[in-house]
Amino acid sequence: MALYSEVVMDHFRNPRNVGVIEDADGIGEAGNPICGDIMKIYLKIDDGIVTDVKFETFGCGSAIASSSMATEMIKGKPLADALQLTNKGVTEALEGLPAHKLHCSVLAEEAIKMAVKDYYDKNGIPYDKSDFPEPEEASCPHSSPNA
Amino acid sequence: MIYADNAATTGMTPHAVDAMVPFLAEQYGNPSSLYSFGQESKEALEDARARIAACLGADPREITFTSGGSEADNQAIVTGAAIGARKGKKHIISTAFEHHAVLHTLKALEKEGYEVTLLDVHKNGVVTPEQVAEAIREDTCLVTIMYANNEIGTIQPIKEIGAVCREKGVLFHTDAVQAAGHVHIDVKDQNIDMLSLSAHKFHGPRGIGVLYAKRGIMLRNLIYGGAQERGKRAGTENVAAIMGMAAALEESCSNIDVNAKHMTAMRDRLIEGLDKIPYAELNGDRERRLPGNVNFCFEGIEGESLLLLLDDKGICASSGSACTSGSLDPSHVLLAIGRPHEVAHGSLRLTIGEDITEDQIDYMIGAVDEVVTYLRNMSPFWRDLTVGKRVHMFAE
Repeated sequence: MALYSEVVMDHFRNPRNVGVIEDADGIGEAGNPICGDIMKIYLKIDDGIVTDVKFETFGCGSAIASSSMATEMIKGKPLADALQLTNKGVTEALEGLPAHKLHCSVLAEEAIKMAVKDYYDKNGIPYDKSDFPEPEEASCPHSSPNA
Repeated sequence: MIYADNAATTGMTPHAVDAMVPFLAEQYGNPSSLYSFGQESKEALEDARARIAACLGADPREITFTSGGSEADNQAIVTGAAIGARKGKKHIISTAFEHHAVLHTLKALEKEGYEVTLLDVHKNGVVTPEQVAEAIREDTCLVTIMYANNEIGTIQPIKEIGAVCREKGVLFHTDAVQAAGHVHIDVKDQNIDMLSLSAHKFHGPRGIGVLYAKRGIMLRNLIYGGAQERGKRAGTENVAAIMGMAAALEESCSNIDVNAKHMTAMRDRLIEGLDKIPYAELNGDRERRLPGNVNFCFEGIEGESLLLLLDDKGICASSGSACTSGSLDPSHVLLAIGRPHEVAHGSLRLTIGEDITEDQIDYMIGAVDEVVTYLRNMSPFWRDLTVGKRVHMFAE
């Protein structure tokens, strides 16, 4: 299907890091079922390094591919790097997403940030709240009715 | 490949292709031309018109060729609206789950001062003649209700609705794009004033359709120009496509009973198989549905992923999820029958063809089961449902 790049289809068909970490140090979730996509990220953190990461995703092909790519990009990296991950970076690594699917890469960024925040909260680590804006849940932003 | 998207479009039969071919390169005369080379095309065209009319129980003069179902729907509705406006009647009745060719035409008319009532289609996707009778007002000029729904395949009580409209003196149009060639249609017996159909839904070519309008209804032009189609639809006729459409409709209509028998049996086998998947529900009435239509919602998954993975397994299908519709919301049809958004995102439509086999049905059941299970196993929404963090909407 020409809708997606080959990289997207590869990560969709063979998603990396699918699953759950039972004793996760941080868990983050973004999206909601009404909009048709939810992403959940599980982090294992050791000495400031993301030693393991797993995801669960309910959503379309690009949502699953974005989750897979995003987890690959932060695995084994310092937390500071994980926090630097942007939806733009995920989209570029996927060799692009259709305009109305860009939201899926935003969800991946959001879910990772939520997981890091969860880790900070659980461990009493201070952080700048402005680094973790609350995800908007008022409407489903992933596509335009006039697109 | 198993092509299970016949509600989207169908492949042409050899019979329909053969009917077209002579009119592409050899017999290309313009039906409006005076010389015999042109008049031969004219004769073929009028013969096709008569054969199509016969399939619908109509008079040839009541058949207008259009570019397809959307144009026919548009023209029927603006015609009904224009006739109404001349009598000061500007109220139109339709349903919430019509095709966008109808709904968006009605939206445009609302901006011009018409009032539109969209009838509830209930959980089973069927409107009743009583609803229509109750909704008709002094100023109602048109009732437009689809014959069979394109997503969930539910068949409406067209004859009875037509009778109500006749009794009240209101024009009745039906979008029969999904029904023509698949169920018996008789416009006179079924009290239909206007009817739209599209050739590519019954193994004819794409880009050609018909608007039937009962004698006495003055069609309003959408396209102005030459005097083709009694001046009601300008543009040189696509004779080849019309020949293909006539051949396809005749072939379909003469085989309706035998096709329906086979497809209904295959459809029911598919429904029974998919029904065994936990937390899945059929969309639309179990009995009053097109012989080829199966539409399910699966909890906890999203339709586009499902379609992509089924495509990998060689199955062509469609879904009403927002991601596949390219709009903000999931299918308006599924919302109209009361499916919540989160379930409508997980819908799957399989519309089988006449040549479907039992083995193919069984393969599809297995493939859908496998893909649904796979996607559920990676879905946090499904996890929440299984651990009781969210409440199941369907019975197991």
